[in-house]
Amino acid sequence: MLFGRVKGTAICTMKYQGTEGLKLLVVQPLNKKLEPIGILQVAADVVQAGVGDLCVMVRSREAALAMPDIKFVPIDLALVGIVDELEIRPDGKYDVTLRRGWSQFS
Amino acid sequence: MMLGKVVGTVVTTISHRDYKNRRLLVVQPLVLEGEKPSAEDDFIALDNTQAGIGDTVLVNREGNGARQALKNPDACVISVIVGIVDSIYVES
Repeated sequence: MLFGRVKGTAICTMKYQGTEGLKLLVVQPLNKKLEPIGILQVAADVVQAGVGDLCVMVRSREAALAMPDIKFVPIDLALVGIVDELEIRPDGKYDVTLRRGWSQFS
Repeated sequence: MMLGKVVGTVVTTISHRDYKNRRLLVVQPLVLEGEKPSAEDDFIALDNTQAGIGDTVLVNREGNGARQALKNPDACVISVIVGIVDSIYVES
């Protein structure tokens, strides 16, 4: 699951059966610092997000499972949440290296 | 499954029903000594273990395992935190 920023809407007149009525949005995938990863993508929306919203997205088969009724649809990216508040600790705050030998975490 | 450090929390008031009543956390995967963590590695995971910021966690990143962990056969979730790690041994 990853962050995405809604950049626009995509409208299709011809759609695969089962996907009629789904809202399609153009999104930019982001990392935790909200920096863009890769190119713009199209996601199906189930939370009524709008342009400019920061969202949580889910990929692959689970994106199709997020759809309201028919779950066997050709969808591979879905918006499943609108982010209200985001708290991220800076990079150096926690050590993410795995040392050789025993490491105790608690 | 993978090991990661919880580095952030995400609050969503509007979300899919499968995500309700559980926290979303931002996880940075652990890397071996000498390797650099990539800026594109981090991801969001649904918490199933009461983990918090700073905890080292075990994350299931596969949909079927996630659905089993959440006991919901239709959950649209891929990454689920399934354990809080106490200690790790890596062969030197």
